[in-house]
Amino acid sequence: MSAISREDVAHLAQLAHIEMSDAELDKMTGELGVIVESIASVSEAASADVPATTHPIALSNVFREDVVGETLTAEEALMNAPDSVDTRFRVPAILDGE
Amino acid sequence: MAAHIDDLVDFDVALEKYDPVLGFEVHVELSTKTKMFSSAPNVFGDTPNTNVTPVCLGLPGVLPVVNKTAVEYAILIGLALNCKIAERCGFARKNYFYPDTPKNFQTSQYDDPIAYDGWLDIELEDGEVFRVEIERAHMEEDAGKLTHMGGATGRIQGADYSLVDYNRSGVPLVEIVTRTIEGAGKRAPELAKAYVAAIREIVKNLGVSDAKMERGNVRCDANVSLMLKGADKFGTRTETKNVNSLRAVEHAVRFEIERHAAVLNSGAPIVQETRHWHEDTRTTTSGRPKSDADDYRYFPEPDLVPVVTTAEWVEELRSRLPEPPADRRKRLKADWGYSDAEFRDVVNAGVTEAIEETIAAGTTAAVARKWWMGEIARLAKNADVEILDLGVEPATIVELNSLISSKKINDKIARQVLEFVVAGEGTPTEIVAARSLAVVNDDSALGAAIDAAMEAMPDVVAKVKGGKLQAIGALMGPVMKATRGQADAGRVRELVLQKLGIEG
Amino acid sequence: MTDIIHLSATELAAKLRAGELTSVAAVQAHLDRIAAVDGGERGVHAFLHVNTEEALAVAAEVDAIRAAGGEAAEALHPFAGVPIAIKDLIVTKGQPTTAASKMLEGWMSPYDATVITKIRAAKLPMLGKTNLDEFAMGSSTEHSAYGPTRNPWDLDRIPGGSGGGSAAAVAAFEAPLALGTDTGGSIRQPGAVTGTVGVKPTYGGVSRYGAIAMASSLDQIGPVTRTVLDSAYLHELIGGHDPADSTSLNEPVPALVAAAEQGASGDMTGVRVGVIKELQGEGYEAGVQARFDESLEALRAAGAEIVEVSCPNFKYALGAYYLIMPSEVSSNLAKFDGVRFGTRVLPTEGPLTIERVMGSTRAAGFGDEVKRRIILGTYALSAGYYDAYYGSAQKVRTLIQRDFDAAFELADVLISPTSPTVAFELGSKTDDPLAMYLNDVATIPANMAGIPGITVPGGLSEGLPVGIQFLAPVREDARLYRAGAALEKLLEDTWGGRLIDQAPELSAATTEEVR
Repeated sequence: MSAISREDVAHLAQLAHIEMSDAELDKMTGELGVIVESIASVSEAASADVPATTHPIALSNVFREDVVGETLTAEEALMNAPDSVDTRFRVPAILDGE
Repeated sequence: MAAHIDDLVDFDVALEKYDPVLGFEVHVELSTKTKMFSSAPNVFGDTPNTNVTPVCLGLPGVLPVVNKTAVEYAILIGLALNCKIAERCGFARKNYFYPDTPKNFQTSQYDDPIAYDGWLDIELEDGEVFRVEIERAHMEEDAGKLTHMGGATGRIQGADYSLVDYNRSGVPLVEIVTRTIEGAGKRAPELAKAYVAAIREIVKNLGVSDAKMERGNVRCDANVSLMLKGADKFGTRTETKNVNSLRAVEHAVRFEIERHAAVLNSGAPIVQETRHWHEDTRTTTSGRPKSDADDYRYFPEPDLVPVVTTAEWVEELRSRLPEPPADRRKRLKADWGYSDAEFRDVVNAGVTEAIEETIAAGTTAAVARKWWMGEIARLAKNADVEILDLGVEPATIVELNSLISSKKINDKIARQVLEFVVAGEGTPTEIVAARSLAVVNDDSALGAAIDAAMEAMPDVVAKVKGGKLQAIGALMGPVMKATRGQADAGRVRELVLQKLGIEG
Repeated sequence: MTDIIHLSATELAAKLRAGELTSVAAVQAHLDRIAAVDGGERGVHAFLHVNTEEALAVAAEVDAIRAAGGEAAEALHPFAGVPIAIKDLIVTKGQPTTAASKMLEGWMSPYDATVITKIRAAKLPMLGKTNLDEFAMGSSTEHSAYGPTRNPWDLDRIPGGSGGGSAAAVAAFEAPLALGTDTGGSIRQPGAVTGTVGVKPTYGGVSRYGAIAMASSLDQIGPVTRTVLDSAYLHELIGGHDPADSTSLNEPVPALVAAAEQGASGDMTGVRVGVIKELQGEGYEAGVQARFDESLEALRAAGAEIVEVSCPNFKYALGAYYLIMPSEVSSNLAKFDGVRFGTRVLPTEGPLTIERVMGSTRAAGFGDEVKRRIILGTYALSAGYYDAYYGSAQKVRTLIQRDFDAAFELADVLISPTSPTVAFELGSKTDDPLAMYLNDVATIPANMAGIPGITVPGGLSEGLPVGIQFLAPVREDARLYRAGAALEKLLEDTWGGRLIDQAPELSAATTEEVR
């Protein structure tokens, strides 16, 4: 459990797709440092033989039958779109990947 | 940015020095009626953003619910691949930002697959069998479709903007992951193609996917690495994405082997990266790494609960498994009466189902084979595409065959008609009518042409009269010319004999 | 007091059914109250949107059905015509849903949450959407992008959070009923500091479909009211199985109204009440502790058997919560990227790519607390830290469940103060996230374990409300209503009436003068 560095926060902000100014990064690094320190005890509490709980109530096999339901119209689908062309959403150019 | 071609080493030379190691991730789109986690229709080709619910768009507040049929299809695939079926498995979130991924995470089984530890025997063209081990088959959801606009090539590079259609968002996928495949040697490209063909055949046979590669129902990511002969450590691998035809799989593996060998020979290391396949140049290029690629921050999907499979459920599904393709092939070969070589050619050409459907639609096995392995195969070869990609329907063959049997057209014209069918001009009957291709059966028209020919060639007539019946052939040329090739040769012969008073 | 807005929902419903009052009059009275006390610089500011036309139209429809009589009138839900306020984290067609974030400014949902579908079917007029901490992240409603809500007991103090708007609306008599959501205490802590009743149902008891997810494994929608009986009615209305929510329990809603009516006798004979050793003492204000002790005495006097239980792993609960919650937040809030809906903010300089548009949209659209939690969650899930952080936190979750299992061997219900403090002053903790997080120390364990909890008014400390929390085993929500209603009755007997009626008058004049 290492202290959180400014570079860590910059990387996390990139992963989270939140642009941050230098001042914001500094502030966030300080605040996260305190929080991370305060929650570090959690790893001490959990020994290997304790199973993880992913869901508070254990259910299984909740399924839906393969039956078509109601869909949105294209108008409804696009009614909140920041930008669109005909019935498709429009986004600026993509640099990453393909 | 155009694909730049890296240095390559000749394939055979590369294989003298290196052993290729392969691995495949094949994504199969399931043909369920609805999507993986929503009741939106799973339909290809509709108006963009009409087959969507709030769930498919990832709107605030929505929750996923698992499609039971998709789970059953995944189990069927697992069983067909000789996998173990997990007694309990769950879903996880794979977090990355991309505009075709509406929640900015993909719901996937990741390391908790419903099927694992399987195998598949792959038969190559010459009958040699390779066993490919299956690591897992897991469920996940497809992304939406991006169309890149404004650039010169329609590719992402240089595009001004992109348009997004979420109709495909959430379509159920099963991803089949192999363990590393060693020992294929120079047959690696062939094996790659045969493996993907086998997966395609299996899922189609199971009825769980439309399995049309050209529609992206089956998509292959091919991992390739080379190791020096005698080495005990794998080389660095590259992953070539979205290789979406059988030929492309073969070519991409071959290309990467040649490229890796050149890089390694130069002393440089292979960069572990994603490569993109370009069908136009038959090359791969380096994909820019996504910024999230190193860290998907997987965690169990809290909105979905685990899938628990009972033995009864799995056995009930096992009882639904159709005849395995290998058994089926054995049966079909016997039924159709093909020789080993004929049948293998049919299988390798990927037209087994097409022939089966053609026979079912009303031709003999011999006629079906004649067309699929003859004229259709020739057209495909000329166009440099897979036979099935020509889109010839079994019904077309039946129709052509009946036009021939009823003497409306002859074999030669039938071949022309087929070309017009492939060119999209309509059904054979429509084409024959539109292009006036029906053979001339009109005896008076034929008679006139024959009389003219006999008058012009008295020596030939004399020979025929003298008993040399094969001399009739010499009359054929002028008759065909006069009828613009549409005379029925058999009928011409009959009429000549009739006119000369000879018993045919 | 007999005027319309001071009636409980159950009383109001009875008058509507008896024909003594029309729903239109009831709705109009609440709209008038909202107009009088909600706006202005020192207004309560419980509402982000007031749904005047639709609320009156639904009320008129109910009145018409009642007036016509017959089967349609008989078939009406008992609470038909009783107005309700909706936390603005729950999506509604025809009204904006903002989650109190700039990110969703102007967003109109094309679909209704399941609870909203049920409310429409029962014909409860919706008065509007209530304020909250942005995306429900906070304990004071100061993190709303649209300004804080004020506590009706003291307009300079916070109403709790994240559901401060719903709690304040109910406390200020702007609505008899409201819906909240509770991820770590966002219904119960505001209930405590505003002197109202709030219930976090058993996880899966109420559909989450249409509640904008904060932390999916912790979130639960629940009732916010002035009386335990009102909560029971509302809980029964919104509860039950929903096939659209895979974590929804496929079981009938327990008989909650009956349990509340049983509790209202004040008799607690034979009920074992477990005092959680770890949720009192240090860190709990003296006034809070005093009211808590008095509540225990009242219960003991009414026949309850008071036992002490120990939950030693609760000391890890806050830490584990602040790993699980932000982890889920970081993923749940990824969809807010300016592509399909909501705000899109273009970068002011540099190349215009979708990656940068997402980055600047999220930079401008999210407030500091939301960003803090997203970054923290991204960290907790990132490669190399998962096992130590998220993995460990899930193990702590198991330990907390085991603590509860052991405690419920000894007790039928557990009891603690709902919040360690009374309402603090606006702005006093905004610069100290950790201090803010401590407000939820007593409420978080229930979310971690999925068990139900209720807060009921426990009296005043220096003029400000103190809340008493009961907890019950999963699926045993009815026990909360029995115990809650009993304590409510016992304490009201000592006060000579409802605690909420001791709240200072919010006169229209107070707010008018600063307008």
